[in-house]
Amino acid sequence: MTSLTTNEPIRADLVGRLKNHGGLIALGVILVFNILVTPNFLHTQTLAVNISQVATIAIVAMGMTLVIATGGIDLSVGAVMALSGALAPLIFMSDFGVAYPVLGLIAALFFPLVAALICGLFNGVIVAVLKVQPIIATLILFISGRGIAQVLTNGNLQTFSNPEFSYLGTGKILGFPFQGWLAVAIACILFWVVNRTVFGRYLLAIGGNERAAKLSGGPVQRVKIGAYVICSMLSGLAGLIVVAINSASDAARNGNLMELDAIAAAVVGGALLQGGKAPIFGAILGAVIIQLVKYTLLANGVEDEVALIAKALIILAAVYIQQARKE
Amino acid sequence: MAPLLAMSGIEKHFAGIPALQGAALEIAPGEVHALIGQNGAGKSTLIKILTGLYRRDEGTIDFLGSPSHLTSPRESQIAGIATIYQELNLVPLRSVSENVVMGQEPKKLGYLIDWPEAHRRTREILSRFGIEIDVTAPLGSYSTAIQQLVAIARAVSMDAKLVIMDEPTSSLDTSEVEILFGVVKDLKASGVSVLYVSHFLDELFQICDRVTIMRDGQTVGCQDIADTTKLDLIAGMLGRNASEIASEGLTELAGDGTTYDEIVLQVDNVATGPRLTDFSMTLHRGEIVGLGGLLGSGRTEAARSIFGVDHITNGSIKLKGAEFNPAEPSDAIRAGIGLLTEDRKEEGIVPHMSVRENLTLALLPSMRKNGQIDLEKERALVEDFIRKLGIKTSHMDQPIRELSGGNQQKVLLARWLATKPDILILDEPTRGVDVGAKREIQSIIRSFVDEGHAVLLISSEFEELVEGANRIVVMHEGKAVSELTNPGITENALVKALAHHEGATT
Repeated sequence: MTSLTTNEPIRADLVGRLKNHGGLIALGVILVFNILVTPNFLHTQTLAVNISQVATIAIVAMGMTLVIATGGIDLSVGAVMALSGALAPLIFMSDFGVAYPVLGLIAALFFPLVAALICGLFNGVIVAVLKVQPIIATLILFISGRGIAQVLTNGNLQTFSNPEFSYLGTGKILGFPFQGWLAVAIACILFWVVNRTVFGRYLLAIGGNERAAKLSGGPVQRVKIGAYVICSMLSGLAGLIVVAINSASDAARNGNLMELDAIAAAVVGGALLQGGKAPIFGAILGAVIIQLVKYTLLANGVEDEVALIAKALIILAAVYIQQARKE
Repeated sequence: MAPLLAMSGIEKHFAGIPALQGAALEIAPGEVHALIGQNGAGKSTLIKILTGLYRRDEGTIDFLGSPSHLTSPRESQIAGIATIYQELNLVPLRSVSENVVMGQEPKKLGYLIDWPEAHRRTREILSRFGIEIDVTAPLGSYSTAIQQLVAIARAVSMDAKLVIMDEPTSSLDTSEVEILFGVVKDLKASGVSVLYVSHFLDELFQICDRVTIMRDGQTVGCQDIADTTKLDLIAGMLGRNASEIASEGLTELAGDGTTYDEIVLQVDNVATGPRLTDFSMTLHRGEIVGLGGLLGSGRTEAARSIFGVDHITNGSIKLKGAEFNPAEPSDAIRAGIGLLTEDRKEEGIVPHMSVRENLTLALLPSMRKNGQIDLEKERALVEDFIRKLGIKTSHMDQPIRELSGGNQQKVLLARWLATKPDILILDEPTRGVDVGAKREIQSIIRSFVDEGHAVLLISSEFEELVEGANRIVVMHEGKAVSELTNPGITENALVKALAHHEGATT
C-alpha cells in the first residue's frame, strides 16, 4: 500500500507528460523511423521537398486553428484555395497582365486574396450574425467555391510560365523554400496576435465561454468574423502557393481534401474542437507530422489509399489523447 | 441499530496534495443525514469515493453491514446508492417516461419496450411526488424544478437504500421545495436513507435528523440536528467561536444608514417579454436596493434589461438623468454598469483561462497599448485585486476552474470592480459559496457602496436582503408589485410581502 501511494504521483506525472507532449513524441518516433528505414531521408533534397509540401498545410492549419478556437470549423478552405488559385493566372495572363507585367503580378497576388477575404466575410457573417452552425455555414462555400473556380476556368487546366509568380512556390532563401519562411513568419505574427492582443484574448474567451465573453462586453460577432476572414485569407495564400509550385492551376484539384488535412493538423497540434485554445505552433507541428507520415508511406512504396487510412489513425489518436486529457 | 453506511479513516490525495484526511460518515437506516462544510472541505470528494467515482487511498467503507469496494457509479447504483447531482444527467430531448425507466424498461415479447406499461409506471411514480404531467412529452419542455424531481423519481424507482442529494433545492422555488421535502419524508418513512448536502442551513432543521460537519478534509463533528443551532453549524464549518459570530451579525452587508439623494438609475415600466412585463425602480448613490421575489418572478430578467442583454420593448431607463437604452452589454459597461451573473459556470467564468485573464476580461478595451495588451499594467492590477479581495490562488496564471466556488466568485466580482462601475447589479452573489467567502463577498459589496456607488442586489436569501438593502423591490410574475423600506424590514415582513401577492393571484 505504501509503495502504491509513493508511486502514484510519479506515474501520473509521466502519463501527463506523455499526453501534453504527445505531438513531439510522435514526431520523434517518425523521424527515428525514417532515419533508419527510408533511403536518403537525411538528404537536403528530401528536406526541401517536405518543407515546400508542409508549408501550405501549415498555413491553412493555422487559420483553421483560429476558427476552431472560437468553437467553429471551416470546411471551405480547400474551395477557397481553388478559387484564389484559379484567379491568379487569369489575371497575369490577361491582356492587361501581359501588357503591364509588374502591375499584373501585383494584381494577381492582390485580387485573389480579396476574393478570399470576401469568402471569409461570407462565412463569418453566416456563422456569427445569422447564427448558423459553422459546419453547415461553411458547407455552402465548400460546395460552391470550387464550382465557381471551375466555371471561371471553364474546367481547364491553366498552365503558365511566370518565374516571378512561381517564386512564391519555388523560390529559396538561405537554401530553404520561400514558403517555409513565409509559414514561419505567419506563425510568429499569429502567435503574437493570439497571446498578446485584445483580439486574441477575446478569441480564446469566446471559444472558452461565449456567453461569459458577451456579458463581459466582448465583441463576439466581430471577433468570430475576424477568425473566419483570417482563415480564408490564409487559405487563399496557400492556393496561390500551390499554383506557383505547379506552374499550373487546376481548379478541380487545388486544395482538394485540404479541409481534412488542416483540421487534422490543428487537432494533432492540440486545438480543442469545443474551442478556447489556439496553439499556433501546435498547428505547424501537426502539419509536419501529417506531411511526414504521408512522405514516409510514399517513400516506402505504400499506396495512396493506405496513406489515407494512416492519416485517419493519426486523427483518431489525437482525439483520443484530447479526450483523456480532459479528465 | 447497525448503521446502513459507515465510512471511517478515509484518506485521499490528488497529486500528493491531501483532499481528505481521516474523514468519516455514518448513516443509520431511514435517516435523513445532512453533510455540510465550506467549499473545498471535501464533501464532494467524500461522496465521489462513496459512489465509486474516485478510489480511496486509505480507510474502510461498510455498506449494509459488509465491506464495500465499489469501483464505478454503475456498481454503486446496483448496490442501492442513488445519486442526484447538481448538474442533472438526464436526456432533455427524450420523453419523461424514457428518462425514468431508462436502463430498466418494461419489455414485451422479449425485446420490444412495452410503452403503455412504461408510461403507466412513470405516472405512478411521479404521482407519489404530487406531479401530474404528460409523461410522453420531452423532459426538456419542463422547468428545471420538474426535471430535478424527475431525477429524484428515477432514483427512487430503482429501489435505492441510500439517496444522495447534492444541493437539491438550489433551483427550486418555495412550493417545489415543499414537494421535495414531502418526498424526503416519504423516503424516510419507507426506510430509505437520504444524504442531504446543502448550503441552505435553514432547510436542514426542517428535514434532517443528524448533521456531519466537514472542514479541511476532516470530519469535525456529527450530532443530532435538534441539539444544535444555525450559529453552531456556521461556527463548526468555519472553525470559529459561535458567540463571536453572533455579535457580528449573520451577514456583512449591513450599513450605517447614510443615504444620498442623487438618483443614479431610474427604471420606468420596463418590459422585455413575457417574463418581464412591468418593472420600475429607482436607485440612489450609496444605496443597496434589493430585488425580492420567488424563482421566475422576473428578477434576473430585470437585471438583464438594464444591462442590455434583453431588448426593451416598452418603458424607459434613465441613467444619471439621461435616457439610456443599451443594445449590448458592452454599451452598459461603457456607461458604468456591471452585472455579476447568477450562473457562474455558464455565464461567468471562462474555465480554460487563468485567474488573470478572467479578471481583466471586461476591462480589455482599456488595456490596449501599442496594439497589444499592456501585460505589465494587467499583472499589477490583478496582483492588487488578489491581495485586496483575499483571493486564494497559487498564482495569477492558475486556471480559474481549479479555484473553489467562493474564490471564483471573488475573481468575477473583481472583474467588475476593476471596470470602476457606478452601478453593480449582483444576481445571487453568494449562492453556492461557503460561509467564509460569503461574509468576505458581502463586506466587499458593503465597502463598494460606502464609496458612494450603488448596488442592485438579487438574492434568494432573505437575511441578505433584510440586513443589507436600503429598500427592497418585491417582484411577482414579471412585475414590480411593492416596495419595503429599511429600517424596519424583517424577514417576516418580506415573506408576507412575497406571500401576499402569491396569494392574491391564486
